[in-house]
Formats: sequence, structure tokens, C-alpha cells
Amino acid sequence: MSPESKPAPSRIGTALRSPGAQPRGGLVPQPKIDKRPTYLLSRVYTEGSHTLAGYKKAGGYAALEKVLRTPLSYAQVIEIVKDSGLRGRGGAGFSCGMKWSFMPDPTKDPRPRYLAINADESEPGTCKDRVLMERDPHGLIEGALIACYAMRAQAAYIYVRGEYRLSYDRMLAALAEARAAGLVGKNILGTDFSCEIWMHRGAGAYICGEETGLMESLEGKRGHPRPKPPFPAGFGLWGKPTTVNNVETIFNVPFIVEGGAAWYKTMGTEKSPGNILAGLSGHIERPGVYELPLGLPAREILEVYGGGVWKGRKLKAWIPGGSSCGLMPAALIDAKMDHDSIKAAGSMLGTAAMIFFDETACTVRAMEVIARFYDHESCGQCSQCREGTQWLSQIFRRIEHGKGRMEDIALLESLAKGMAPAKTICALADAAAIPTLASVKHFRHELEEHVKLGRCPFQTGSQIAIPELAHAH
Amino acid sequence: MALPPQLIAEFDELVTHYPERRAALIMALHRCQDELGGWLAPETLEDLAAYFHLEPVEVYGVASFYPMFQLRPVGKHVVSVCHNISCELRGAREVLAKVCQVTGAPVHGTSPDGKFSVHTVECQGACANAPMLDLDGHYHEDLDAAKVERILGGVS
Repeated sequence: MSPESKPAPSRIGTALRSPGAQPRGGLVPQPKIDKRPTYLLSRVYTEGSHTLAGYKKAGGYAALEKVLRTPLSYAQVIEIVKDSGLRGRGGAGFSCGMKWSFMPDPTKDPRPRYLAINADESEPGTCKDRVLMERDPHGLIEGALIACYAMRAQAAYIYVRGEYRLSYDRMLAALAEARAAGLVGKNILGTDFSCEIWMHRGAGAYICGEETGLMESLEGKRGHPRPKPPFPAGFGLWGKPTTVNNVETIFNVPFIVEGGAAWYKTMGTEKSPGNILAGLSGHIERPGVYELPLGLPAREILEVYGGGVWKGRKLKAWIPGGSSCGLMPAALIDAKMDHDSIKAAGSMLGTAAMIFFDETACTVRAMEVIARFYDHESCGQCSQCREGTQWLSQIFRRIEHGKGRMEDIALLESLAKGMAPAKTICALADAAAIPTLASVKHFRHELEEHVKLGRCPFQTGSQIAIPELAHAH
Repeated sequence: MALPPQLIAEFDELVTHYPERRAALIMALHRCQDELGGWLAPETLEDLAAYFHLEPVEVYGVASFYPMFQLRPVGKHVVSVCHNISCELRGAREVLAKVCQVTGAPVHGTSPDGKFSVHTVECQGACANAPMLDLDGHYHEDLDAAKVERILGGVS
């Protein structure tokens, strides 16, 4: 049973068609700014952008044609991607071309090999990959085919989070069209290149966005991350060479192949070239998914793209790239949004999921929510993470609800330092520890105020009690 | 109880996508939940174990790991309200209170008439359109109390 033995599209998912109006799904009008080209969202505003006809009309599959008809060698494709400086868009920001080049030479290692595309978008605040899958699924398919060609992978698996039914439906429909048109399957475009692409649904576990947790889940198991090494390039899916790339990363590839590395490097910064999709949420006037070059000051993104803080209020805090990056104070809003600048400012670019908090927001309440999330999502393998996330969650909860003690603040710090860095199999413990330490560093005064007052100074209005849930670990 | 033949036929095709049969398990759990009453009964898990040549406890271990799988009966309609950070900042708790009021179901429970189950869920990736809820697998975004009433009031 090789993955390419039967190309018929699966019926799985046929019961899941979305009725009625489509959710807006992050799509908003993009501000038009001189000399700031966009490409990632160039097609998504057109009616029918998710169909093969729509994609072809917009020039789709030209990059695949270029690769297969020229033909470009495998090494040439990897070289173009390496030269472009494309960095992974899933959070870690690793060089995509470099990652691809870690795959073993198939003349020396003839085992089957796979591409796994991480569409498990679950980091709180992140809602960008969804726009691409819902509105431009063929763009992802074309990128996946080129990636598989370069790495000589015979199949790609797109692991989409279970809740994204519209993304799944659209991807499935696009794959059926692509198969029928000879773009996926055997002898693509009449060449000797064959490649299968399969959809795979997750089921609500954040940890499956971690690349080894994702592979376990794809194998039909609990999403327990694996210790590294061995790394996926040597021992990945079913023990075979595997590369895991984020949706947006793969989506960049056809543009790079068509436009060339030199063109790509005209956007963004020297070390973080290209555009990113930034998901802007929270207390702002125009939340949405925006395409912008890497390296813009966060203030400009907030004001020009997000329309500024809502209701004429002032900014208190912001998160640069998803909840694991932690809250930064408003004073740091001039930091530039690229991998290295934001690191120098003491945080991470992550998935560029920017969350903004106005002056009425409570940072302790925010941490109660964030800590609860990591407690809920810890897979339970490592005791530092399983116990640590639970302690953090309970401590933030009791401080927020007026039952905290002054020594809890030191306890938060000591717990977080016991969990990270690099003390567990995967980085989920770090993802809980980093925002905890940021909260103590930047917003200690709010923690102390809660303890002194014996209540939250910010909460007004009714609060619905939510019972604590038992979870898997 | 055995799995319905149409599901077996789907799974027979599905397992060809992977080099190992077991890889289709999570997809199969989804399909069973979709088609067999919205939850995974113990007999369903046993049937799936037989189909995948696994011990029932392994299938249970997988099903219980993933929050989307319901291991207890649920109402006719399932409402999941996101209460993670971006939704929290834009009124998730008001949405949740309204959902409970309109449906008559408590958080993590089912309404007395069995029509609705209500859950809170973690981030659903609709952060730019917060707050949101998922009704039977379909997203409803940019919510306020009036919109919640309109959406749930129209459900039969």
C-alpha cells in the first residue's frame, strides 16, 4: 500500500460542506501603500479564487510549469529557495532552503520520503493560514508539488486542524480538481514527476502543531512529541526522511521560483526577506490578516494597518507573535517586526499574530487565560511541563481572583525557570514559561496590585463562571 | 454493533493514503462521530479497534487525547465558544453567557431538552473576527449578544 497507489479523491469530508454565508475568516481590505508590493494575498479577493479556473486565470501553476518544463534540477530549486532567504513562517523562522537540504541524498538513501505541511494553526492569535487554504488552496498545492519535487518526496500530507472544516473542504475540492487536470498524481504535466497530496485532519490538540507531535498524530497516535535527535530529515513519518513546513512557508515557494531570489529579497529585511501575513487582533479598530514586509515598526502596523487602538483608548500592552511570545509593554511598540529585531527587543516574531491590549485590559486576566491554555494543551509526557503548566495556571487564576499571595510572584518566576529553556521534549513548557516571565518582568506592578487589593482592579460587569475541565494528561 | 458499510467503504479507501493502516485512525474517528450521533460510543471505539487491528485501549487512548472527540453523549447541536485571549478581549464571556441563556445549557453540559450542548474551546483561529462560536462545525464570527440570539434562535 504505497501512498500513491490509489489516486481517487477521498469521500471523507463530504458531509461537512459549509452552508450559507462564508465567515469573513480574517479577510479585510488591505491598505494600499506605495512601493510596498504584495503577493501572498494577490488572489484572495477575487471571486472564485479557490477554484482551478480562478487560479489559472491569475497565472497559477506557472511556477510548476517552469520547474518541470525547463526543467530545473532538484538542486537548482533548493538553491533558489535558499538564496531567497525564505524563513519558516510557523514560528521558528528557520531557513526553508537549509531545511530542505537536510534531506538525505536519495542515491545513497533510497527510502520513501515525505513532506508534511503544518496547517494545525493553533497558537492563540494566529489566523493567517486559514485565509490561504480557504481562498487560495491551489497556491498551497503548487507550492507543495514544487517542494516535493525539490526534495524528491513522493507524497505530501497536509495536516489541517480539525476545526478548520472550510479549509479542509476547500483543499479537498482543489485537490480533486488538480488530480483531474493531471497536476497531482502520476506523471504530472506529462513528465516523469509523480506526487500525491493527501489531506489529514487533526482533532483539537495544539501540541500537534509541534512538528514531531504532528508526525505522531499523522501516524494515528496521540500527539506526543518525540525527543530530537533523531531529526525528521533522517527519521520522520513512519521513520522515513520527512520535512515539516508551515502552510505560509510553502505558499511562498511558487512566487520565489517564478520571481527569483533577487526579486524576493527586494522585500523585507536582509536577514528576513519577503512579506508575512500578520494576524491583528484584540483591542484595535480594524482586526484582520494583513500582508506586510518583514521589518516594519510594530507601531506602524498597529496604526496604519490595524487602525490604531479602538475607542480612542491608549495602548497598554501587545503580543508580537502569538500567546507564547508574552506581553510586551506599550513602551516597546517601536520594535521592528522581523526575526532578529524583535528578538533583540526581548520577544519573538513567532507567527506574527499580533494581539493588542488597551488601557482597560488586565494583564493578569490575560495571563490567567494564556496559562490556562498551556495547561490544557500540555501533552503530559514531561513532568516539568505537565505539573508546571498546571501550577502556573492555578497561580495566575488565584491572583486574578483576589486570592493571591505576594510570594506567588516569586513562585511564578521560579516555576517558569524550572520549566525552560530546553528542559523538556518539546517547547510547550517554554511557551508557557516565556509569557510568565514577561508578565513578571513588565507587569509586576499589576500582579502586586491584585494581591494588595485582594481583587482585580480592572474587571467590571458580569462574569460567567466556567467550570475547570478535566483533560487528557 | 458493526460499523455501517458505507463507513467501511470510506475507510478502505482512506487507508490507501498512508503506508500504514493505523494512520487513518483519527480521520475515521471524525467520520464515526459525524455519522453516529455526534459522539464516540464505547462500541464504536471497539469496532474501530477491530477495523484497525488495534487493542481497544489504544483506540480509547487516542480518542481521549483529542478534545474534539466526544466520549459522552451530546445534544442534537453542539455549540463551542472560544474563550482564548483574542476572543476574551472582545467579549467572549458575554457571548458565552448569552449562549447559555438562549440554549438553556450550562457550560460543558447539555440543555434539559437535549437540543444543545455548550462547550468552551481554546483558540479556533478566528482571532481577527473575535468573538466567535462554532455551531455544528461551522464558524460564526464577529459576534455580539444580538447575533448569538439570531443564530441560535434559528436552529431547529
